[in-house]
Amino acid sequence: MAKLPKPEELLQLNYNPPPSEDWMDRPVELKQGNFCWGAKGKNLAVVEFPNARDWTPVEADWKLPKDWEGTVLEAMADRLSKYRSFKVFMDICVRCGACADKCHFFIGGGDPKNMPVLRAELMRSVYRKYFTNSGKYLGRLAGARELNLNVLKEWWYYFYQCTECRRCSVFCPYGIDTAEITMMAREFTNLLGLNTDWISGPVANCYMKGNHLGLEPHAIMNSIEGMIDDIETITGIRINPSFNRKGAEILFVTPSGDLFADPGTFTAMGYMMLFHELGLDYTWSTYASEGGNFGFFTSNEMAKRLNAKIYAEAKRLGVKYIIGGECGHMWRVLNQYMDTWNGPADFMEVPKSPITGTVFDNAASTKMIHVTEFTADLIKNGKLKLDPSRNDDLVITYHDSCNTARGMGLLDEPRYIIHNVCNKFHEMPDNTIRERTFCCGSGTGLNASENMDIRMRGGYPRANAVKHVRDKHGVNMLANICAIDRATLSASMDYWVPGVRVTGVHELVANALLMTGEKERETNLRGEPLPGKGGNE
Amino acid sequence: MKTVLPFFAVVILVLFPLFGVTVAHQTEIFFGVIVPYAAMAIFVVGFLYRVAKWGKSPVPFCIPTTCGQQKSLPWIKQDKLENPSTTMQVVGRMLLEVLVFRSLFRNMKTEMKEGKAVYGSEKLLWLAGLAFHWSFLFIFVRHYRFFVQDLPSVIQMMEGVDSFFQIGAPLFYMTDAVILGAVTFLLIRRVYLPQIRYISLAADFFPLFLILAIAISGILMRYFFKVHIVAVKQLALGLVSLNPIIPEGIGAIFYVHLFLICVLLMYFPFSKLMHMGGVFLSPTRNMANNSRIVRYINPWNYPVHVHTYEEYENDFRDKMKKAGLPVEKE
Repeated sequence: MAKLPKPEELLQLNYNPPPSEDWMDRPVELKQGNFCWGAKGKNLAVVEFPNARDWTPVEADWKLPKDWEGTVLEAMADRLSKYRSFKVFMDICVRCGACADKCHFFIGGGDPKNMPVLRAELMRSVYRKYFTNSGKYLGRLAGARELNLNVLKEWWYYFYQCTECRRCSVFCPYGIDTAEITMMAREFTNLLGLNTDWISGPVANCYMKGNHLGLEPHAIMNSIEGMIDDIETITGIRINPSFNRKGAEILFVTPSGDLFADPGTFTAMGYMMLFHELGLDYTWSTYASEGGNFGFFTSNEMAKRLNAKIYAEAKRLGVKYIIGGECGHMWRVLNQYMDTWNGPADFMEVPKSPITGTVFDNAASTKMIHVTEFTADLIKNGKLKLDPSRNDDLVITYHDSCNTARGMGLLDEPRYIIHNVCNKFHEMPDNTIRERTFCCGSGTGLNASENMDIRMRGGYPRANAVKHVRDKHGVNMLANICAIDRATLSASMDYWVPGVRVTGVHELVANALLMTGEKERETNLRGEPLPGKGGNE
Repeated sequence: MKTVLPFFAVVILVLFPLFGVTVAHQTEIFFGVIVPYAAMAIFVVGFLYRVAKWGKSPVPFCIPTTCGQQKSLPWIKQDKLENPSTTMQVVGRMLLEVLVFRSLFRNMKTEMKEGKAVYGSEKLLWLAGLAFHWSFLFIFVRHYRFFVQDLPSVIQMMEGVDSFFQIGAPLFYMTDAVILGAVTFLLIRRVYLPQIRYISLAADFFPLFLILAIAISGILMRYFFKVHIVAVKQLALGLVSLNPIIPEGIGAIFYVHLFLICVLLMYFPFSKLMHMGGVFLSPTRNMANNSRIVRYINPWNYPVHVHTYEEYENDFRDKMKKAGLPVEKE
C-alpha cells in the first residue's frame, strides 16, 4: 500500500489543468491509494452477479467477459429508456463549469477528471458515439469517443471516486446530478464483475446475514449485551432491549456500523438509553439488522433486494411503524426509494409518538421516521429531562451528511436537538454546511483502507472547515448523523485536524439525559470523567 | 481545433449567403424563402422530437435535490422554494430556476490561499448568463414588429424601454450592447479560464460564435449598412402568411443575418442548446420532495430475488434458539 504523504504534501495542488492538453488524450493511470481492491468472486456469486471471479485492478487483464462492449452498450440503451434523468443529463449539459470546483475530490486532489462536468463527460463521450448522430459521424469533433478498455478503466477509476454526494447538483443550473450518472456507471461495471471488495463484501454479508458487517444473530445480541453492561456501569440502570419480538409497536433499524465500533457504539447506546427512559415498546431485528444499503452503490436491483428486508420484517413482526437511526445514504434510500421499490407499507399505521401524541404526517406513506425527528419532537414537548452541562467539556460543530441534506432536507431537526443537549455549539462557515455541506470523502463504499490517499483528499474540504472553527472557537467535537461519517471522519480528523473527535447526535442526547433512577453519573458514555467530576478539572 | 474550427465554420456560414445573393439574385429565393421554411420546420419538429424522446423515458424515482429544510414537524420552518413538497412550491422553484437562474446564483470560486481552500464570491457567470438570455429574449420579442401590420403596445413599450437613453438614429437599443458584451464574456471565459477551456468542446464554441455573428450582423444592419426596412417587413409578412415574396433591393447583409438565424434554428435541436427544453424536465428540480408522504410509483418496478426471513431462519435457527431468539419453526 502506498504510504500516505503528510497533509502539507497532499495539498500541493494545481487546480488548473494543462493548457494545451485534450482530456481524451490523457490515458488513465490507476494511482495506488486512489482505488479499492477488486471484488472477490465468491461475494459476487452469493448475489448471483455476472462474471464472478477474483480480479486485480492493477493487472492488465481484467478477465472481462466476451463482447463486454456489447453488454455495456446494450445496458446503456436500456437505462436510457428507463431513466429520464440519465437521458436528459446526457444531453443538456452546456459545460458552463459552475460545478467544476464544487467536488470535494477535485478540491482536495486537483485531478481534472474529478471535476463533475468532466466525470460526466467520461460517460457522455461514449453516449455521443453510439447514441447521437453528431457523435456517430463527427466523432471526436463532437466530443465522442469509442468504448474501449482504456475508457472502461477510466470509468471504473473515476466512478468509484465519486461519492454520489450531489453537491455539484446544487450548483448546476439544470440540476444535473452526477450521482445519477455514477449510479449508471456502477450498474454497467457490475455487469462485468467490476465491483470493489469493500462494496461487494458488505453486499454479500447483508444479503445472507442481514447486515454489512456479517454479524450473525447471536453476535448482534452479544454486541448489544456489551453496550448494556457499559450503560449499567455508567448509569446504574440495567436496560433490557428485545429482539425479533412480534407485536412490538415499533421496529428500530439502524446501520450495523453502530453496533460494531467506536464511536458508533456510543450512538447506539444513546438510542437504547433514550428508548428505555421513554418505556418505548420497540424491538430490534437481527434479520433486518442493517439500515444502510451498499447495494445502492452497486445497482438499483441490488439496492432493492437488500432494502426489501425492512418492510418484510415490519410485516412479519406486525409493528405499527418504523424508526430509523442516524445514517446518511440509508435515509436517501428510505426517503426517495424504499416505498417505490418495496411499498406500499399499508400494513402499518402513520407513525404517532406514543409519548407526545404527535402524528408524523410527513411519513404518512413510508411509515418510517428519522430518530432525530422523533427526539426533536420529544424535546419540543418537554418530555425529556436534560442536563446539557454534562456535555460542557465539548465544543461542538455539526456536519450535515450529504444524503440527509441534499436527498431529504433533514437540517434543523438535529440542530434543534444539539442546541438542547449541549451548551457550546458553533456552526462551520455557510458555504460548507446545510445543502452546501461537504462529503466526508468516503461515502458510496469508498471507506476502505487501501484508498486512504483519495479518502483524505476527499475529506479535506470538510476538515478544512472544521479546522476553521477549531482555531476560532476551540471546537473539539464533530457531531453528525451518519454511520459512515462516524467511521471515516475520525480518520480524516486525525489526519487533518488532530484533536477533534467525532460523535453521533444521540450520544450527546444520552449524556445529557437524566434517567429515572440513575445513579450520580461520573463519566460520559465513553467512560471519560464528566466535567467537574474527578480527573484534573 | 475546438475553437478554430467552429470559428471558421461560422465565417463560411457568413460568406455563403453574402456571396450567393451578391453574385446571383436568383439565390434570394433560396435564402429568403426556402431556407427559412426548412429551418422553421427542422426546429419545430426537431425540438418536439427531442422533448418527446426525453418524455418517453419514465422517471422511476422521486429524486429532487433538496436545497433547504424539509417539511417535517409543524414548528420547524420548511424552505418551500428550495425543498418543495407540493406542486405549487415546485412551480415556484422552477420559476426561480428558469427566470433568474437560482442555482447558478449560488456559484462560488474555490481557491487555495495560504495553504487552505477558500470559497470566494463568483457571480459573473450568473450575471453574464442572465444578461445574455434575457437580452436574447428581449431582442427576439422585439423582432415581432416585422411580422405584424399593427404593432402591439407591449412591443412598443419594450422598444421604449430598450431605447430609453434616446441615443442616435435609429435609436440605440441597450440589449444590443448587452448581448454583445455577455456573449463576448462567455467566449473569453471559455478560452481564458484553464478549467473551462479544458472541459470545452467545439460544440461549446460554435453556438457562441454563431450567436455573436447573428448579433453583429443585426447591429450592422440596423446602425451601419442600412437595409430596405419596408422590403424586409414585406418578406417577413409574406413568410408568415404563407405567401412568400422576394422584394427588390433588401441588401445582402440582411440575408446573412437571416441565414445565420436559420442555421441556429436548424442546429438547435441537435445541440446542447436543447437545455432550453431540458431544464423543465430535470427530475432533480421539477419534483416535490414528498416521497415519504405519497408513494411514488415506478412504472417498470419489477419483482426481485430476495433472501427471505424463512431462508435466514433456516440458516441460523440453532444459533438463534441458543441465543434465546424467538423462531417461527422449532
